Amino acid sequence: MQTIDLATTTLRDLNATLQATKGQTNATAWEIVNPKGSHALAVGLDAPIEVTVKGSTGYYTAGMNKQATVTVKGSAGPGVAENMMSGTVIIEGDASQYAGATGNGGLLVIKGNASSRCGISMKGINIVVHGNIGHMSAFMAQSGNLVVLGDAGDALGDSLYEARLFVRGSVKSLGADCIEKEMRPEHIAILQDLLAQAGADAKPEEFKRYGSARKLYNFNIDNASAY
Amino acid sequence: MCGIVGLFLKDRSLEPELGRLLTDMLITMTDRGPDSAGIAVYGDDTGLVKLTVQSAFAERDFATLAEDLGGAIGGPVSLSRKDTHAILSLPSDKSAAARAALTGLRPDLRVMSAGDSIEIYKETGLPKDVAARFGVSQMSGRHGIGHTRMATESAVTTMGAHPFSTGMDQCLVHNGSLSNHNSLRRELIREGMTFETQNDTEVAAAWLSHKLAQGVELGDALRAGLDVLDGFYTFVVGTKDGFGVVRDPIACKPAVMAETDQYVAFGSEYRALVNLPGIEDARVWEPEPATVYFWKH
Repeated sequence: MQTIDLATTTLRDLNATLQATKGQTNATAWEIVNPKGSHALAVGLDAPIEVTVKGSTGYYTAGMNKQATVTVKGSAGPGVAENMMSGTVIIEGDASQYAGATGNGGLLVIKGNASSRCGISMKGINIVVHGNIGHMSAFMAQSGNLVVLGDAGDALGDSLYEARLFVRGSVKSLGADCIEKEMRPEHIAILQDLLAQAGADAKPEEFKRYGSARKLYNFNIDNASAY
Repeated sequence: MCGIVGLFLKDRSLEPELGRLLTDMLITMTDRGPDSAGIAVYGDDTGLVKLTVQSAFAERDFATLAEDLGGAIGGPVSLSRKDTHAILSLPSDKSAAARAALTGLRPDLRVMSAGDSIEIYKETGLPKDVAARFGVSQMSGRHGIGHTRMATESAVTTMGAHPFSTGMDQCLVHNGSLSNHNSLRRELIREGMTFETQNDTEVAAAWLSHKLAQGVELGDALRAGLDVLDGFYTFVVGTKDGFGVVRDPIACKPAVMAETDQYVAFGSEYRALVNLPGIEDARVWEPEPATVYFWKH
């Protein structure tokens, strides 16, 4: 375990050090202390390392992550794991708005609640939220899975493409073109696997699945007069 | 982008620390608003009305102001100067007369706030420099609100800085932008409200003051504002008794709150709260969209 203290190390040096582990084969454990809500912690990593942040963070924690496992022992500010490609990001507390936005791959686990726009424009990432999510979550989500053990806010899945949304609690309202869909065995299997990976104590059968009605995919000539 | 900080003390033993804690929070938010800064501090009610006045010609305007104003209103006036600002303390029944007299006595003077406990200090410049000019860290009080400004829609001037005060002991700070402020301003002018700037936030403050003057409770006024004020906003509002928070329904302007037995704190970012006492064990949360929060002493 190697410790980097942000009280004595600059953010740029921290990220440069972590990014320099690229290409090394032996997994390395890193601990970051005194984050004090700093922005852009542990971003652009591309190595199978484990990074633990001891405290809460600001904007864009673990952005663009590849391979690494980043754990935040606190809450994360806006845009955590934005555009993640692979690896795992775990937030022990809450996450602010647009968690996991545009993520291409990997797993984002939020043990508390996520606020608005969680998984906006997600493109293959898997997101598991143990608590609730805010409004406009999974807006224009293209692929991947968003799993919510709690409740979802207004306009879930507005203008959704092919991402799968699983919610155990209530959904305040569905966005345009988002509908409830049948839960088939393959969805139960996906959910079972994601819940296990995220250490979530829930049964797949308790969830409802939501997806795209696919009515907004193509221009409908009957709507021409509206333009 | 702008930065907001706020601190509401439950534990009176922290009151001498209010200015120091708020100054630290304010400076942390410099990245979000380096062009101007301001602070509203609510101290004890002294039984007198306090007018916070500002002048770009402070030497000239403040020199004999207490005597001149005292003579004009026929009552005692004391003056305490802090850089470009001064606090005039006078009997509360002379408040309206004093404001009327000031326009004639000192045409360049601006009234920043009026009330039993509010004092407002604001200027252009880096938050650390503004806080130092007014000695904010030495101030005590029961609650306070600070703002760091990155102007997007009106000029970088002293009067364009936040907080805006448009009613007795009231103030408002804003992160965001309003899109219907011109039409609202015209309506409010017809209702008799006056404006010092072209700033959108001043319109929100005046709209709230107008509602409060009609006898509407602050919580109800803030809720009604959700239907009237169009745009992006996180507002923090101060009154003599406490402070309130409201975010627009889209809630893209950030906000973090923390509460302990000793205080309730607001920050645009968690960074602003990290040096508060006991923050490690505080309840920290993000205020919900379109939801009014208020704390009273």
